[in-house]
Amino acid sequence: EKVTVEVLDHLEHLALVDFRDSEGVERLQKAIQFADQLHEVNTDGIEPMDSVLEDRCLYLREDDVTEGNCTKELLKNAREKVEEYFVAPPGNIPLPKLEERDTFLQGF
Amino acid sequence: AALTGALRFQVSAALKEGRVTPTELCQKCLSLIKSTKFLNAYITVAEETALKQAEESEKRYRRGQPLGALDGIPVAVKDNFNTAGIETTCASNMLKGYISPYNATVVQKLLDQGAVLLGKTNLDEFAMGSGSTDGVFGPVRNPWSYSRQYKEKSVPKSHSEDKESNWVITGGSSGGSAAAVSSFTCFAALGSDTGGSTRNPAAHCGVVGLKPTYGLISRHGLIPLVNSMDVPGILTRCVDDAAVVLGSLAGHDPKDSTTIQDDFKPFELPDLTDVSKLSIGIPKEYHAPGLSSEILALWSKAADLFKNAGAKVIEVSLPHTCYSIVCYHVLCAAEVASNMARFDGLEYGHRSGMNKSTESMYAATRREGFNDVVRGRILSGNYFLLKQNYDNYFVKAQKVRRLIANDFVKVFRSGVDILLTPTTLSDAVPYMEFIKEDNRTRSAQDDILTQAANMAGLPAVNVPTALSERGLPVGLQFIGRSFQEKQLLTVAKWFEKQVKFPMIQLEEVKRHDHRGFQHQKSASFS
Repeated sequence: EKVTVEVLDHLEHLALVDFRDSEGVERLQKAIQFADQLHEVNTDGIEPMDSVLEDRCLYLREDDVTEGNCTKELLKNAREKVEEYFVAPPGNIPLPKLEERDTFLQGF
Repeated sequence: AALTGALRFQVSAALKEGRVTPTELCQKCLSLIKSTKFLNAYITVAEETALKQAEESEKRYRRGQPLGALDGIPVAVKDNFNTAGIETTCASNMLKGYISPYNATVVQKLLDQGAVLLGKTNLDEFAMGSGSTDGVFGPVRNPWSYSRQYKEKSVPKSHSEDKESNWVITGGSSGGSAAAVSSFTCFAALGSDTGGSTRNPAAHCGVVGLKPTYGLISRHGLIPLVNSMDVPGILTRCVDDAAVVLGSLAGHDPKDSTTIQDDFKPFELPDLTDVSKLSIGIPKEYHAPGLSSEILALWSKAADLFKNAGAKVIEVSLPHTCYSIVCYHVLCAAEVASNMARFDGLEYGHRSGMNKSTESMYAATRREGFNDVVRGRILSGNYFLLKQNYDNYFVKAQKVRRLIANDFVKVFRSGVDILLTPTTLSDAVPYMEFIKEDNRTRSAQDDILTQAANMAGLPAVNVPTALSERGLPVGLQFIGRSFQEKQLLTVAKWFEKQVKFPMIQLEEVKRHDHRGFQHQKSASFS
């Protein structure tokens, strides 16, 4: 059962990462095939495990400000900034649809 | 022989007695790094800051006030740990040029103890891989490729064959750190371990590789791969050294809520003489398909070693072992899909020139910044997390994880103290052979013996055991109970003493050491 081009497109959209070529798509197909082996295991009555430390209480600290004031430091690594803002290109513009995008999936 | 034969304890003593100074040690290591550049173990060498740290350490020694056992000791750190003022790349284009604004907690702890940070070591991109071959700075070469032991055993296929081309991999993903320790350019190195990334290269490079219990050492500042499995790893040349480094790193960190709050007391390892009260478990499922007959024989020999010394050695079963790789594959991809979402070019790292919209800028940035392996895992992860797949893949994998963890609980509850298993399926393969298979296939094959310990969060350590027929290191793995590192390392130390793993014979190191020795003879110390 191959993954449909709709799902592939959806994944590119969600992940904001591209399949790039047929190898990329093949890679996903193989990954799914590999993962399907999980279904051989009987997990009836088994609870999912989030963390090996599930029997302990997670550490929560007091909601006090203990450090900060490092704006200059943090802005150093950003490529585009204005005063104390990170500058992003305009938002609210959705990624172009499959037909209009420059993606390998177009010819799929 | 300040660089080589000297175990850290001996170096520590030498520093205290003034037989060698932190600056001399630092300079020797830096010089050796330069002459072993072909190994490609280091991405960044922090020469200036290292020398400054060495200077500070020297002042402390002169005052008779060293900070501790690690004062003045040259160390290296895998390039997925944040180091203030030093580039941290994760061997990816996504973080090229990224200068960390802070130190990872473990890095800070090392520096607070006076350790001298020589540089950042090479790895697979974002720690995804088992060869240290898939980073943007190129593959790391196993120092043993250039050892007399390996060269003696390798038969050139033709006299015109470039002997350069049959170098072997370090394993991964902490290959740079393993190579750095193995080639004597540092005394200890930090790696990370999510599926075996510290123990695997430790085995291939003939060094001790410790994966601590999940929750013992802070992950704050370690760029995450799988939040529920990642741990900082420790690579050293002997088990005692690993215990010392562990002592300086373990303990609760308020900045990492997944570190346990129990008090941690650093310990010294006793010299075990009586193993008769020990119960060693040999999990039969670790006789995995593809396990070389050589390693099988060594494993058997090791079991006999314990038996003959009076320990109880029994076969045990961890029935879900064969599913740990599949389970890991799904959980890892899912967590990666989430963890890699932070790389969008806006606040740090690579940023694409595309600026039509936020989303298209993010997409272009990530397209340009990540390699195939990383992109592949992000896409698979997103697939497994789709609403229609969530229960069948992600939750299913979490259930299988519990089964794997329970296998260990049952075995330890039955009275077994330590498990003894191989670490890798074979000795290190030549790079040209390794790259014939893709990253995922290789990882699936190579992680099979190490991954389950990460699933269950248990401590595990690789101890170099013997040389293979090809003259390359082979290690064996001990897996212990949660937070019982002292017991684990005590047994490991006993084993290390029994097997007397040989020292690597490297030309470059001999040259440096020889000079060093002469210097020591003629120098006068007050």
